[in-house]
Amino acid sequence: MNIAAATDQNLADISNVLIYSAMAVYALAFFAHVGEWVFGSRSRVATTAAALTPRQATGADAPAVSVTVKKRGGGTAVLERPKVVTRAASGSADVPDGPGAAGGDEQGDMYGRIAVSLTVLAFALHAAGVLTRALSVQRAPWGNMYEFSTTFSMVAVAAYLGFLAARKNIRWMGLPLVTTVLLDLGLAVSVLYTDSDQLVPALDSYWLWIHVSLAIACGALFYLGAVSTILYLFRDRYEAKLADPKGQQPGSFAHSVLSRLPAASSLDKFAYRVNAAVFPFWTFTIVAGAIWAESAWGRYWGWDPKEVWSFITWVAYACYLHARATAGWKGRKAAYLAIVAFLCFLFNYYGVNMFVDGLHSYSGV
Amino acid sequence: MTTTDERELTAAASQLSTAPVDDSPQSPLPQGGSFGRELVAWARWFWRQLTSMRVALILLFLLSLGAIPGSLIPQNSVDEIAVTQFRERHGTLAPLYDKLQLFDVYSSVWFSAIYILLFVSLAGCIIPRSWQFVGQLRARPPRAPRNLTRLPAYTTWETGADAAEVREAAERIFRRRRFRFAAAPDGDEGAISAEKGYLREAGNLLFHIALFVLLVAFAAGNLFRVEGGKLIVEGDGFANTLTQYDDFQDSTFGADLDSFGFTLNDFTATFEKDGPQRGTAREFYADLTWWKGAAGEQHKSRVEVNHPLQIDDTKIFLIGHGYAPVVTVRDGQGDVAFKGPVAFLPQDGNHTSTGAIKVPAYRDENGKKTQIAFQGFFTPTFGGYSKEGMVSQFPGPEYPALFLNAYRGDLGLNAGVPQNVYQLDTERLTQFKDKKGEPLKKALRPGDTFTLPNGAGSLKFERLERWASFQVSQQPGNYWALGGSIFAIVGLAGSLFIQRRRVWLRTSAGADGRTVVEMAGLGRSESARLPEELADLAVALQTDGPPAVADDADSDTDAGGADTDADDADTGGADRSGDKSGAAGGGSAAARTKSVESEAAEAPKAAAGTEATSAESESDEPDEPEGPEAKPDEGARA
Ligand code: HEM
Repeated sequence: MNIAAATDQNLADISNVLIYSAMAVYALAFFAHVGEWVFGSRSRVATTAAALTPRQATGADAPAVSVTVKKRGGGTAVLERPKVVTRAASGSADVPDGPGAAGGDEQGDMYGRIAVSLTVLAFALHAAGVLTRALSVQRAPWGNMYEFSTTFSMVAVAAYLGFLAARKNIRWMGLPLVTTVLLDLGLAVSVLYTDSDQLVPALDSYWLWIHVSLAIACGALFYLGAVSTILYLFRDRYEAKLADPKGQQPGSFAHSVLSRLPAASSLDKFAYRVNAAVFPFWTFTIVAGAIWAESAWGRYWGWDPKEVWSFITWVAYACYLHARATAGWKGRKAAYLAIVAFLCFLFNYYGVNMFVDGLHSYSGV
Repeated sequence: MTTTDERELTAAASQLSTAPVDDSPQSPLPQGGSFGRELVAWARWFWRQLTSMRVALILLFLLSLGAIPGSLIPQNSVDEIAVTQFRERHGTLAPLYDKLQLFDVYSSVWFSAIYILLFVSLAGCIIPRSWQFVGQLRARPPRAPRNLTRLPAYTTWETGADAAEVREAAERIFRRRRFRFAAAPDGDEGAISAEKGYLREAGNLLFHIALFVLLVAFAAGNLFRVEGGKLIVEGDGFANTLTQYDDFQDSTFGADLDSFGFTLNDFTATFEKDGPQRGTAREFYADLTWWKGAAGEQHKSRVEVNHPLQIDDTKIFLIGHGYAPVVTVRDGQGDVAFKGPVAFLPQDGNHTSTGAIKVPAYRDENGKKTQIAFQGFFTPTFGGYSKEGMVSQFPGPEYPALFLNAYRGDLGLNAGVPQNVYQLDTERLTQFKDKKGEPLKKALRPGDTFTLPNGAGSLKFERLERWASFQVSQQPGNYWALGGSIFAIVGLAGSLFIQRRRVWLRTSAGADGRTVVEMAGLGRSESARLPEELADLAVALQTDGPPAVADDADSDTDAGGADTDADDADTGGADRSGDKSGAAGGGSAAARTKSVESEAAEAPKAAAGTEATSAESESDEPDEPEGPEAKPDEGARA
């Protein structure tokens, strides 16, 4: 075990420059996204698409889908797929998704594409920054809060770009995501900054790779879920107002923004899928932490504040999953639970490291 | 929707999960009847409430709320010293906290009540659900609703093939795709019901059962846990018996300690010498020689943080270290009254340490038997004085110094009261004074001697040794807890990634002797994967079954399809709005409007061996799909 490997100051400096450059490019991406939203607001498509008439689930407008069929010889052919008529489960409104930030406006769309390209570039710089940081100390770059934070936003952006690459309808996430990534990095380089250095021995274990990297990845994905949940709450209220023409109608700004977001049900479903998919991994993160604690401190569970808050976060997400399966708790109430659960995660991440004494005080601040 | 439809839909969805049917919160309170009957009714009502999803949800919520104070208020089980300090600082609050058991949250009555109720609820939920699930495995999927168009996903086509042939082909496909199915369910001739994804329920049950195992293992681990602490100076040894421990926490049911012993040969710690983390420990390990039994074969092992030594069921953890100045004390007669290392306890990160040297066997300058003692500080790297005494600048032994006061009198060792070996009880001791009447004190470097006045003896600081402290713990049930958590994760993955769904097929006679085929799908939750799968099944039925489809589509159309997809991603906009805004997407519309039946006759079995690529996902897909093309209507806007 050679944890006294010298810190390569040169690489550490390069890492800092890369992170600052990434921030500069994220800032450009931010402005491009703002441009996208601003140009999108003059679009007529956006306003017409907002006439949220529930889709008619009749066979007439049900689309046919082509399907690629592999032939025995190796070639492919396109078959017509039978029309499948879908209808929303009884009780839920079948509202179409909004057209996206650009609202069909060509210039807005161009800005949106620029924003995505810039985000890709910024992400490359960001990832290189994290990597050089790791190389400079020859270990996993997760020894203190500065390193957690830079990795955290890196994973969030990676997940977002991954969804984009998988052709998910997710560009609406661009502006809020880039904004928070900037905030996170800003916080990291100012308040949380810690010089590149070696680990305390307690952190020197291969469980660091498993437990901490998973915790960071889970957090980043939970974050995407939380953004979607918050937007769901806004969009849901907006749809409820539209559905009730006699009641108070949304203001023109709210209308302009919210009409371009995906339907409340889509946002809700996205949040659920992310949270549900991450939950088993979060469970594993806690179990991995317990195994590590067992070998480091002689007990797998000792109610250390960090352990307590991971547990609280876990139970809160379990609550959310249960709420979705419980009559009377679906929808907004479950969404509030999801937000509470994410706040628990955040508190565990920042609050416990900085304000609560415990064995996990590695913040370096 | 008519009420018959509604009822049929409910029936079709019945038993898609074993979740308890939710009692409304106002489920009727029992009333009336004889006392005994009323009691039973209340008990039943209470049990139904306790095992409802709603109450489980509330209990879960309470559990997470209840865990919060324990993370903010110091806990006895975690850090007793912090609790003592808290008590000193908050004189009025502490008694209140005591009453509410806020210093012992996780073993408090109220916290226990929450989780015991939760787990009773869990058990009360698992057992009936398991039975129900077994029943579902035996039963066949329910019959199709009369009106299939009411279901979330629906498709229909006509074919020239015979209805029986279509059904036969469908059965083949269902079998190949591992659906459980029933032909003509409940006498519904011409229909097939099929169901898949039972692993979801199995996973969910496994998860909840594993939680139960985990809790039991956790409780057992805490009840039967034995743990002790031992501080050992380099060169000294330890045998695993109760009397050897410095402190010991017995299990609730008495300890049965493994028999072994070890000596600490060497302890090594190095520290960061500069940079912002100066003083942070870098290397930290103890080299031991250990043996089983009283004098078994000797083994050498290194114990490090994160790498305990395991001997039978016992694990030995390295948890702390410090310095032990080796001193020689001579009495008033010039005889050696004490010689050896004395462990000093670190008080801060730089190992400013405090300790006491007690010498019970001492004769004064007149040959009278009495006792003397020294008390003071040790610093590995002397860094000046503070209000409390000396402070150390660095945890490594760069410039060690010992700083002592001297006392004479009665150490109180015979009073029968257990004493703290690191502190002096000065009640019956008198301090040596210097000529001015000030307390006598001296700072010593290794090799220095502290000479007491009037020939009362001396203390020589010979050299420095290190000590390491170990935690020795024996905790059963760890493997049960580990097993429980592994099964919980496996179950959870099954429960969250697998969608349970039903598919119905019905054939009926259409106009001019053709057969109308209808298919419909229903999942427990609304899922975009469901219509996808239904379309796949329908395609498979058309290619595999008698009403085959021609395979004359050329690569042009293929490219057209890809084009459309790319376009989708680029606009990044909503799928559905696409058809409204009429985006100029793929140009393959013509290729896709070919009707299935028109070509069915031309290529009878040509495509029989083909597989729809998107239909290859034979196994159970995630409940909530990741696929971007999940929405079946998305390619269609052109
Ligand atoms: C120890 C606390 C518990 C935890 C952490 C927990 C966790 C979970 C999770 C994560 C799910 C998956 C949710 C989903 O399928 O979307 C679930 C489902 C379920 N839980 Fe629990 N659960 C707990 C206690 C209970 C109790 C006490 C009950 C009994 C009332 C219960 C009944 C159920 C049921 C019926 C489902 C299936 C819901 C569905 O099919 O959607 N759980 N639970």
